[in-house]
Amino acid sequence: MSTRLARGGRRIDRSKRVEFTFNGKRLTGYQGDTLASALLANDQMLVGRSFKYHRPRGVVASGPEEPNALVALGDGARMEPNQRVTTTELFDGLSARSQNHWPSLEFDIGGLNNHVARFLPAGFYYKTFIHPRPFWKHVFEPVIRQSAGLGPAPKDRDPDVYEQVYAFADLVVIGGGVAGLHAARVAGAAGLRVLVLEQTAHWGGRSPVDGGTIDGQPVQDWIDATLQALDGMENVTLRTRCMAAGIYDHGYMIGYERLTDHAPAPGMPRHRLWKIRAAQVLSATGAIERGLSFPGNDLPGVMLAGALRDYVVEYGVSAGDRTVVVTNNDDGYRTALALKEAGLVVPAVLDARPEATGALPEAARAQGIRVETGRAIVKVMGGKRVTGVGVGLQAGEGSILEEIACDAVAMSGGWSPVVHFWSHTGGKLVWDEAQALFRPDPARAPVGADGLPNQAVGGAANGALTLGAVMADSHDAISEVLRRLGKTVSDPAPAGDAPAEAPLHPVWVMPQGAGHKLKSKMWLDYQNDVKVSDVQLAAREGYESVEHTKRYTTLGMATDQGKLSNINGLAVLSDALGAPIPQVGTTTFRPPFTPISMGAIAGEARGDIFQPLRRTPMHAWHEAHGAYFEPVGHWRRPYCYPQGGESHAQAVHREVTATRTSLGLLDASTLGKIVVKGPDAGRFLDMLYTNMMSTLPVGRCRYGLMCSENGFLMDDGVVARIDEDTWLCHTTTGGADRIHAHMEDWLQCEWWDWKVYTANLTEHYAQVAIVGPNARKLIEKLGGMDVSKEALGFMDWADGTLAGIPARVFRISFSGELSYEVAVPASRGLEFWEACHAAGAEFGATAYGTEALHVMRAEKGFIMIGDETDGTVIPQDLGLGWAISKKKADYLGKRAQERVHMTDPTRWQLVGLETLDPNERLPDGAYARASGTNANGQGNTQGRVTSSYMSPTLGRAIAMGLVLNGPSRMGEVLEFPTVDGRVLSARIVDPVFYDKAGEKQNV
Amino acid sequence: MLILTCPYCGLAADETELSPGGEAHLKRFGPGSSDDAFTGYLFHRENPRGVHFERWRHSNGCGKWFLAARCTVTLEVFGTYPAQTTEPPAAILDAIRAKRPDWEGRA
Amino acid sequence: MSDAMTALATVTLLPPQGMVTLRADLGDATVRAAIETATGHAVPDTRSITGTGEAGLGWMSPDELMVFTDREAAPALAGSLAEALAGQHHLALDVSDARAVFLVEGPGVREVIAKLCPVDMAPGVFGPGELRRTRLAQVAAAFWMESETRLRLVCFRSVARYAEDVLTNAARPGTAVGLF
Repeated sequence: MSTRLARGGRRIDRSKRVEFTFNGKRLTGYQGDTLASALLANDQMLVGRSFKYHRPRGVVASGPEEPNALVALGDGARMEPNQRVTTTELFDGLSARSQNHWPSLEFDIGGLNNHVARFLPAGFYYKTFIHPRPFWKHVFEPVIRQSAGLGPAPKDRDPDVYEQVYAFADLVVIGGGVAGLHAARVAGAAGLRVLVLEQTAHWGGRSPVDGGTIDGQPVQDWIDATLQALDGMENVTLRTRCMAAGIYDHGYMIGYERLTDHAPAPGMPRHRLWKIRAAQVLSATGAIERGLSFPGNDLPGVMLAGALRDYVVEYGVSAGDRTVVVTNNDDGYRTALALKEAGLVVPAVLDARPEATGALPEAARAQGIRVETGRAIVKVMGGKRVTGVGVGLQAGEGSILEEIACDAVAMSGGWSPVVHFWSHTGGKLVWDEAQALFRPDPARAPVGADGLPNQAVGGAANGALTLGAVMADSHDAISEVLRRLGKTVSDPAPAGDAPAEAPLHPVWVMPQGAGHKLKSKMWLDYQNDVKVSDVQLAAREGYESVEHTKRYTTLGMATDQGKLSNINGLAVLSDALGAPIPQVGTTTFRPPFTPISMGAIAGEARGDIFQPLRRTPMHAWHEAHGAYFEPVGHWRRPYCYPQGGESHAQAVHREVTATRTSLGLLDASTLGKIVVKGPDAGRFLDMLYTNMMSTLPVGRCRYGLMCSENGFLMDDGVVARIDEDTWLCHTTTGGADRIHAHMEDWLQCEWWDWKVYTANLTEHYAQVAIVGPNARKLIEKLGGMDVSKEALGFMDWADGTLAGIPARVFRISFSGELSYEVAVPASRGLEFWEACHAAGAEFGATAYGTEALHVMRAEKGFIMIGDETDGTVIPQDLGLGWAISKKKADYLGKRAQERVHMTDPTRWQLVGLETLDPNERLPDGAYARASGTNANGQGNTQGRVTSSYMSPTLGRAIAMGLVLNGPSRMGEVLEFPTVDGRVLSARIVDPVFYDKAGEKQNV
Repeated sequence: MLILTCPYCGLAADETELSPGGEAHLKRFGPGSSDDAFTGYLFHRENPRGVHFERWRHSNGCGKWFLAARCTVTLEVFGTYPAQTTEPPAAILDAIRAKRPDWEGRA
Repeated sequence: MSDAMTALATVTLLPPQGMVTLRADLGDATVRAAIETATGHAVPDTRSITGTGEAGLGWMSPDELMVFTDREAAPALAGSLAEALAGQHHLALDVSDARAVFLVEGPGVREVIAKLCPVDMAPGVFGPGELRRTRLAQVAAAFWMESETRLRLVCFRSVARYAEDVLTNAARPGTAVGLF
């Protein structure tokens, strides 16, 4: 059984007990435990089930590479699936649940898959569920979905808060082990701005477990001294619990800091996402141990040798009383020695190599540990837990020579450098034949904005696996970084001392001569249940590329992203293909290093500050008066103001009727207002608009159309001539920023010698549309300006004062009614708006929203950008030829509008549409049916609806649409099939439904 | 996430302060131009593997457009320069040739 | 820096500030002289501010300044600038109501900005005298430091609430990063 030892445990504080629950069971651990060490201390070796076969799974590692021990952490809204127990720090009240089983962890029905495993080989789903096609959606997928998925998704809103921060550094050191700490100290002493990111809660990495000395000091003493030195450097920032998640272009990095996961503090940020710009990055990320592929290597109790050692030394936890060590290298002996030192039994070390004569094997022998060379594990006994191993010859086919009873197996297949960050931005790797590992190729380093290398790798991450090599390599790496930054190294290289190690012997399959039956029990990817036999099958079926094999077998596609399985799987594939490993290559590591929370990615952007809401000066009034808002760009505009129990449709009806019969008020502040000024402003506007703006007299307004260079209508609005060289251009609500940018683009990049300045004054003004037969009376009542027909005719504007507020009055109409748009300084917008309501009370002044605005413009046949236009419509399609100057030699879009397709007489044209049933409204976007079918067998069309409303004024449904030869087909009836299967008939009519002569606006 | 130095304000600006604007140094063709010339101007764009010239606007900054010479493979930036030019300046071309001796010039 | 109970900085929406947007050829000596005479402030260098955020000149772009003055005086100042620059190509307009101004004050002011803007706020890299236009979370903004613990920030009026909310959120007690 796994248990807490009476002694040992560098990380834990035995005086501080911590209570937690696993599957509802109350358990205790110590402060300093990880959830993994605490579970093992409570003999909870079985922690989950695998993805495909639902096989029992136990803890296998002690760090972020853990593929098995994933749990759902927390309860309710705070529940988070797929959390690695090995990187979860224990805290009082922690609650964890195992996943991927039903009904219970101990008894799981899905485990039946395990018994039919031979019928579920790699690619099983791809091959089996292809035919018949319709079955996939309705039969196969629902069933597969039912049993798929790793852990449940939380259903409630995440109650925690998150934040982000931008940071800048000359050098970011990833990893706070001895290599990273040394590099940081050297860089700090050289005066660099250094940021050190360590994913765990403590410094020093695994060196203190493995032992040795640095500069004659025990490793931990050296770490303490180095940390003290670093703490004294103001230019060095140290962060624990802060994982480098990824490196991107030009030295951009993401760091993931877990602030309160280990000590929940509701209301405080749980995670902080660091957005870092680093001139140089040094990866001191160490190495991850590989497993060995022997039959039954996935049974709970089979663990990485280094992990077993960690649990004993760091946490005083033993995975078993009797541990068999199986290895292909000297480092595995450290585990045997550590276990022995802790008073545990090591029945044997099985070394796959023909001989083992290094210092560590000799030390093990000296301790009385039985060492067998040339041996392999050929069988693991036990069900949910290891009970023993069968020993055979590594060179053999799997015959059992001897059975050894044990309750844990420590396996070591060598170490793989963590080269992830090097790979994130395209750094290449080389295969180190001697050590059987991929390490960064310094000749093909990632580069920064200047095209020069901006990353270095030091220590075990660079393939330097013994302490002496680690320190020397770290020093070389930081020296190189300093050289790149124009600094010199003052510190000497530290001398690391640890026992020499003999070379490992690559072992990819154990035993070497295993047949298919044994190979189908050798697990490569524990989480996704990918076995040696699956990779070999993929190779036989022609998957020669490692990237294809990965996707076909799902090797390395689990949440650990192949941290354990990558190299072993690759080696098996290489063997199956008969090609050397470097030729087969490796899959590319991509960010994030381990999964990061969605909350951290969102940062502060949630709830009220999910995105900026733009508010007009009258926004609070709208809220107080029951406005139902709709988003228009980032603006929130009142759609309508339902009163009492009104529906939206009723409110719109009332607002339109009140406006048409007496007086309506619209908050039009969101309209874009751009001033264009200069000696060349007229010339510029003539290029920008399709019609002539340079000839507009001072004091007058003109409706204008703006097209993009490809001829399509992009915006419209009223332009006013302010003085001899100043124009004011109104844009659509959503268009202000875009059009201002468009203007600046042409001025800066094409006509930079033209003397024109622009300024976006949109937000300086509040604008109110005063609309309806009583509009003039209201303004006269406000007092201060003569707005009579004679003084301010249709399409005139004037400056003055209304109700004591400086105002600019434009006599323009988007409703067909007598209408004035009044701009006042934004700070007085609300005051003016309220003055209008107060003075307008006797006329029943009614605030109206965007829907009433839409209805009224449609009644008049006025187009709306975004309804009648969609980026493929030219003004000529909309009967707006009158707004296109024939005299101008050029304007943006003119040449494009001469293209063959643009002048095609069969382009759909704007018409009005009246349903034969006046109570039936055409759906927006509905298509008009034509006879016959197209090449794809779809019904032909001859037009579509662009706007459609119930018109309170006309008491019937009205619509506008684009129809083939529409203007010459007045009176024809078209059929519009609807989504719900009906067909609506509508007659083609003039798009101006109301006041065709335009008399009402011109009074 | 690129960093480009705005030649107007001298800032090494984060990409999130910038807006991209496509290929630089397009020559505008207007009314009277041939269909081929106009089509080329409106639609045809370089898509080189290597040296490329592009437009950027310091939109969350000084608001000015500038041009950048960049390697599309390594993302190396050879230089940035004001937009008021129809051709890359000599200093930019020299910087490119120093780093990419094989570069054959703009297509 | 700041303890767990106090905010990193306080965020205060200031009363309306007079502002005139001025566009002209700032490299032209006549233009510069006219501006300096009309405003009483030196034309600022690239990315800097002369005077203060209440009365001064802020550099916006190579041909654009923001003139800070009393709210009431802004329309008249726009007029006198236009007069002073008559004959020169220019644009001078009162834009006082287009923007909102915040005072961010406290020992953690650098960190509050560092949480929201892609700007290196380290002392020695950014400090008083420099005016920075950038992105504040999802909106455009400009800011400058008046002292080590006082910063003025300007954004568009329509997003003032958003700016205030994100600044206040970034300044919440107990959220110090410990960077500066």
